[in-house]
Amino acid sequence: MIQVNDLRKSFGGEEVLKGITATFEKGKTNMIIGASGSGKSVFLKNMLGLFEPDAGEIIYDGEPLHEMEIERKSELRKEMGMLFQHSALFDSMTVEENVMFPLRMFTKMRLHERRERANEILDRVNLVDLNKKMPSEISGGQQKRVALARAVVNNPRFLFCDEPNSGLDPNTATIIDKMVQEITHERKITTVIISHDMNSVMEIGETIIFLKDGKLAWKGTNEEIFRTDNKAVTEFVYSSNLFKKVRIAQNEGF
Amino acid sequence: MRFLRHIGRYMIMLFSVFRRPTKAIVLKELILKEIDDLIIGSLGITAFISLFMGAVVALQTSLNLDNPLIPKSLIGFATRQSIILEFAPTFISVIMAGKVGSYITSSIGSMRVTEQIDALEVMGINSLNYLIFPKIIALLFYPFLIAIIMFVGIGGGYLASVYGNLVSSEDFIVGLQETFIPWHIAYAFIKTMFFGILLATIPSYHGYYMEGGALEVGKASTTSFVWTCVAIIISNYILTQLLLS
Repeated sequence: MIQVNDLRKSFGGEEVLKGITATFEKGKTNMIIGASGSGKSVFLKNMLGLFEPDAGEIIYDGEPLHEMEIERKSELRKEMGMLFQHSALFDSMTVEENVMFPLRMFTKMRLHERRERANEILDRVNLVDLNKKMPSEISGGQQKRVALARAVVNNPRFLFCDEPNSGLDPNTATIIDKMVQEITHERKITTVIISHDMNSVMEIGETIIFLKDGKLAWKGTNEEIFRTDNKAVTEFVYSSNLFKKVRIAQNEGF
Repeated sequence: MRFLRHIGRYMIMLFSVFRRPTKAIVLKELILKEIDDLIIGSLGITAFISLFMGAVVALQTSLNLDNPLIPKSLIGFATRQSIILEFAPTFISVIMAGKVGSYITSSIGSMRVTEQIDALEVMGINSLNYLIFPKIIALLFYPFLIAIIMFVGIGGGYLASVYGNLVSSEDFIVGLQETFIPWHIAYAFIKTMFFGILLATIPSYHGYYMEGGALEVGKASTTSFVWTCVAIIISNYILTQLLLS
């Protein structure tokens, strides 16, 4: 579980995060949603320790991040997996080498064991026969799946996904969402997903927090989000024509 | 103020490069790869330039020798001194700032833009150690490259002099051996070693701390080339003062 208390962060005098408190539960897909510029990515980078918060605390399974020595932070990060928005695959390595990378860095596995594990996880994300390809030779959806495989290959306790399905077609996006959710449930991982894709929210958002202008504007589940009368949330949710039409249809009794 | 901020951050970077080292076996492979990319990969172009520069030095010395009292062996002497003292360590380092420096800045800068450095950090890897330490170690082998360059440069001077009928082979070799001071070789290698560290760290700094997108990667490469050259030229003067005066 990850607990965030009163998190604040400013850049050049402008306060981007204005005291956010949230809990991300173990074994669930916890989503952070909000419009562009609402502070989602800054929030995530603070959680990962890539930014130093100005105030507040982030507690990983009872251990406050700010009290950890740099070595302990490094150890904690070995238990984190991250799926970046643009995959962030190492372009000098093949698909297989990318997936084996965390194993090579942090385990004493031999090459054949690493390869076996990498193939097992690549198989799990429905990628076969791509092992020797370079990241530039595969599609965006395949890159996302390789990045997901790399993120979970070392059995992390915490998984972070920054807009995992941005730039993907609806089918591939759904496949990625489902994979993230299945892996989260299977391995009891604390998963935190940033998204502004309402399809994802509906599919896998087990707990949701909504950020607006650097503040926590709403929290709930994917069932509650369609019933809330929070103006900021409804504006965000029904900004899509599809959802607008669904709502009108519901109101008209269809 | 901005300049001081860069100096401070550069120093912190140098300190951080040696903290939290990457797994030894991985580092070994990275170092071998960097030696291949940065040193062996530069051998061809630097040898080519050196061969012709040696030839030009010999040719120009010969053209300026119109006094019959000055021995022709001076061509060999002048070629040796120019190549060993300045051309091989300094001029080649400026060329390396363009070739290797731009490569280092753009490769690290691209990793920054595409969040690959963030990926390393999130995994708990000291990205400065992982990316820059192997380059520093690889460029400690830079004097080996310069030794070859010296040999090729003098060879170029010999070929141009002897086959251009400027001087006999014997006279050129006599000139090469004339008033030879071994300390000059040591001086050249000390400079080279220092320039090697500058070549590894200044472009790495510009790549690692760059902000923006693809356009900024190009700008960072240019800036890194300029600052590496400036650092090489200034430190060349300081080292020469310290070691030769």
